[in-house]
Amino acid sequence: MTLLDSPAGHFGPYGGRFVPEALTAALDELEAAFDAALVDPSFGLELTELERTYTGRPSPLTFARRFSAECGGARVYLKREDLNHTGSHKINNVLGQALLTRRMGKQRVIAETGAGQHGVATATAAALMGLECTVYMGEEDTRRQALNVARMRLLGAEVVPVTAGSRTLKDAINEAMRDWVTTVDRTHYVLGTVTGPAPFPRMVRHFHEVIGREARTQILEVEGRLPDAVVACVGGGSNAIGLFSAFLDDPEVLVRGYEAGGDGVETGRHASRFATGSPGVLHGTRTYVMQDEWGQTMPSHSISAGLDYPGVGPEHAWLHDTGRAVYEPVNDAEAMAAFELLCRTEGIIPAIETAHGLAGAMRLGRELGPDAVIIVNLSGRGDKDVSTAAEWFGLASAGADSSGGRT
Amino acid sequence: MSDALAQVFARTRSEGRAALIGYLPAGFPTAEQSVEIIRAMAEGGVDIVEVGLPYSDPLMDGPDIQSAVELALRGGTTTDTVLDVVRQVSESGITAVVMTYWNPIERYGVDRFAQRLLEAGGHGVITPDLTPEEAEPWITATASRGLDRIFLVAPSSSDSRIGQVAAVTSGFLYAASTMGVTGARTQVSSAAPELVRRAREQTDLPVCVGLGVSTGPQAAEVAGYADGVIVGSAFVRRILQAETPAEARDQVRALASELAGGVRAAQ
Ligand SMILES: Cc1ncc(COP(=O)(O)O)c(C=O)c1O
Repeated sequence: MTLLDSPAGHFGPYGGRFVPEALTAALDELEAAFDAALVDPSFGLELTELERTYTGRPSPLTFARRFSAECGGARVYLKREDLNHTGSHKINNVLGQALLTRRMGKQRVIAETGAGQHGVATATAAALMGLECTVYMGEEDTRRQALNVARMRLLGAEVVPVTAGSRTLKDAINEAMRDWVTTVDRTHYVLGTVTGPAPFPRMVRHFHEVIGREARTQILEVEGRLPDAVVACVGGGSNAIGLFSAFLDDPEVLVRGYEAGGDGVETGRHASRFATGSPGVLHGTRTYVMQDEWGQTMPSHSISAGLDYPGVGPEHAWLHDTGRAVYEPVNDAEAMAAFELLCRTEGIIPAIETAHGLAGAMRLGRELGPDAVIIVNLSGRGDKDVSTAAEWFGLASAGADSSGGRT
Repeated sequence: MSDALAQVFARTRSEGRAALIGYLPAGFPTAEQSVEIIRAMAEGGVDIVEVGLPYSDPLMDGPDIQSAVELALRGGTTTDTVLDVVRQVSESGITAVVMTYWNPIERYGVDRFAQRLLEAGGHGVITPDLTPEEAEPWITATASRGLDRIFLVAPSSSDSRIGQVAAVTSGFLYAASTMGVTGARTQVSSAAPELVRRAREQTDLPVCVGLGVSTGPQAAEVAGYADGVIVGSAFVRRILQAETPAEARDQVRALASELAGGVRAAQ
């Protein structure tokens, strides 16, 4: 759509490249490799084959009957990215970038990770393709996503806890960039979301478009019409843009993204870039950033490591400004209520990131009413979050179960 | 181009030597001490100072400068502090430029920042993460005020890229000696002489080399092929290790004179 007017690598005034000159050649090389792959049928065939036989695509579209009842009766469908190999949408992007890594003749990949899902996916693809792998993860996140740290190590990756700054995703990206600038001749940086310098936002989006393509076909099959709304949680925004991409040109489809409201936007402890941020430059791209009056990045907070990031992909910034998509915060408590509800109504334990999107669907469903059809991107499964959830709900003790039966 | 930087390079060339350029983040360890340390740097023989603007996400910096800017930010350093440090050292007759990541300038307002820097007596800005493609408003704001725009080239830059970067640069071209982040190294990268040679084919600007220089002999080596030698982390490390403000100043002055000896010893 609107991208036609933007100069290369931009989304309206957003995007671009703000990087040290040492990375320019590598970004040019990556862009050339990606553009060549786009027009090379053998690349598409190889990726599609991996998606089918390794990831397990297409992922199902599940009608959430009992959960829908809690969403004002709107018919809610779940796009089941949690059923992908490694348990989230992140694998879609990683397989594409791993194939490009091989094409560029590089032997090593690095990645940043927040929730650990992108790190696990990268470690997995590295094992599959025989690449060395180092994953940077904020120390705070290694603690709250300990299961994924163990998974990455089992897969043969080196996990480096980052102790700088707020010890979360933002700092992991800084450290990955520092590694990359030093090792760029033999290393590809597998960035895990639709942010960073061009061509990352466009490329990562491309590898996730499969989510939207499948969902569109699937909803037309079961409902015989387009949905009234598509909904996703937004950290950097990769699962969201993957789903949204297939519906952006259908103005009748509402597009809704839900960012982390943390303790509540009014408390200052949140990751609500659109609610409180302003245009700025972070991690190589111009986008909405949580920053103070001097342009210093402000710390973000969320119960969800994957949404705990003070920036957001530049295409979302543009979708926000043009009004094509609307972004709203969802607090920790609201997300955890949706988390529990999905567990108990559908037998699906979602990632806490995903739970923000589910809470959004509940809000939106009540607004749109019983005739509405809503697709939520179920971006990942919640195994990694079991200890956080157990703590939140006070289930950690080994005593008798007093939490009641079915809701 | 600002006359000040041109005059420095005219003078150092007439003396048959390279210029010595020292970096220090403003507000490190405090605003007041950073002014005094910069004066000590100049007393030791630094020709141009780069006043660093501390930023929350210094992704091109190694551990020493990361620690320094974190300390400066915790101490409440802001863009206005940086401009005030520039004003104070300029009033002492020191030739100063600012080194900063891009976002603080954008947030302050591109025109407003350029104007305040000019008023403070600064002569230019080094912008390590601003690419020429994104620099249009910055070029306009600096050109109209005679401020120098210092961009970087790296060993991975192609010849045509070096030409492109040099075309929007004034004052001097900053050649990053190595693929990596800031920090003292035991050896200056062997990629540096080749990069300088390639840069000279593209531009007549003075070419200065930074990243990894920390001793007199290293300064002498780099001064053998470059127009300027840039030193940052080595100063910062001495300050981090000093027990008292007076010791920090003495250490910085001593290192500056060692390096100044180096740039004069080069063949
Ligand atoms: C399951 C899941 N969903 C969502 C996200 C947020 O990332 P994005 O906004 O790029 O989809 C993450 C990130 O870690 C994740 O693991």
